[in-house]
Amino acid sequence: MNYMVPPGLYAIGRPTPEDPVLVTANYKMSYDIIRHTLSGRNLWILVLETYGINVWCAAGKGTFGTGEVVRRVTATGLARVVNHRRLILPILGAPGVAVHQVARRCGFSVSYAAIRAADLPEYLDNGMVTTPAMQQLTFTLYERLVLVPVELVMALKSVAIIAGVVFLLVAALAGLTAGVTVLIAYVGAVVTGTAVGPLLLPWLPGKSFSVKGVVAGLIWSGVFYPLAGGGAWGIPTTIALFLALPAVSAFHTLNFTGCSTYTSRSGVKKEMRIALPAMGGALLVSMALLLAGRFL
Amino acid sequence: MKGFRYLKDVVTLELDQAACIGCGRCLEVCPHQVFSLAEKKASMADRDACMECGACALNCPVKAITVDAGVGCASGMINEWLQEHKLRAPSGGCCS
Ligand code: SF4
Ligand code: SF4
Repeated sequence: MNYMVPPGLYAIGRPTPEDPVLVTANYKMSYDIIRHTLSGRNLWILVLETYGINVWCAAGKGTFGTGEVVRRVTATGLARVVNHRRLILPILGAPGVAVHQVARRCGFSVSYAAIRAADLPEYLDNGMVTTPAMQQLTFTLYERLVLVPVELVMALKSVAIIAGVVFLLVAALAGLTAGVTVLIAYVGAVVTGTAVGPLLLPWLPGKSFSVKGVVAGLIWSGVFYPLAGGGAWGIPTTIALFLALPAVSAFHTLNFTGCSTYTSRSGVKKEMRIALPAMGGALLVSMALLLAGRFL
Repeated sequence: MKGFRYLKDVVTLELDQAACIGCGRCLEVCPHQVFSLAEKKASMADRDACMECGACALNCPVKAITVDAGVGCASGMINEWLQEHKLRAPSGGCCS
């Protein structure tokens, strides 16, 4: 798999020295989207070396940054290719690029155009003016939906290991059927936390992601309980289920803060200080209950 | 952000209004319209909407803004914590 476009200066159409220069990451998807939305126009694209990472993440790391802008402008001899001294950057690149530093170090001024590449045609046609809508970050159902598969794949490895261990333990202690039941319950809770939580985000109660995840996990527990024939279980097992599954879902929904476009690091830290011990506690109590239910 | 609201009173964003020269750069780069500008001074109109991305602080020419910016996901922070404690961190997490 190759997600990278070699960094450098590219032309769309037949640009002249007067035409604008757009700056982007060498994440293939960003580059392709820009080329696609702007096809039929004449302009320059300056692709920065971000090691195949998108603008937002690269800006956070600083690879989409002041230093790389200056380096790429110099390396491509941009000042000899164009007559003007203006670079157009995506707004989400701003956490990495300091406008006044770029100007000081290579003489180019930076304009932050828009958050979404889809707004670029309007921006260019409007005489390069950013409208309030172009500046507003959104987090639509679709935007969340496309993140879910990525998150699932990312969780896959650790979840597979945990699922395997849990399954073997339970199967050894309580038999194969119990093992399979616990396995399905666990995987369901993971999927609930990773997919259902994020998708239902605005409708789940609470501001905190872990609370939202707990609610999603409770819904899953409520669905799973009758399906698995929970009526036949003892009280300890039932309580264990309703404790452990929401805790697992909550963890995965909390993790979605990394993809969300409105949560702050300090907020997530605060949540974690409360949520992680609570989750751990819930899992421990639930395990104790399962063992008690088995041996009492 | 429209339709979404995160925790109140947690962000580390601070603005030194005395230092501000009213250039308006912070309004341009903020994806959550946290700042407003009146009479050549920026103010934090919606501080709780801040996602601590750091764009305003980095782009303020007079360093009037400070914010503790960084990765905002749980696994990213667990990784950071593990690394601080010199433990091997598992791969994965946001923006990794
Ligand atoms: S840190 Fe980011 S979200 Fe917060 S005020 Fe600054 S630019 Fe806006
Ligand atoms: S970027 Fe700095 S100087 Fe400019 S308006 Fe904002 S706070 Fe004031």
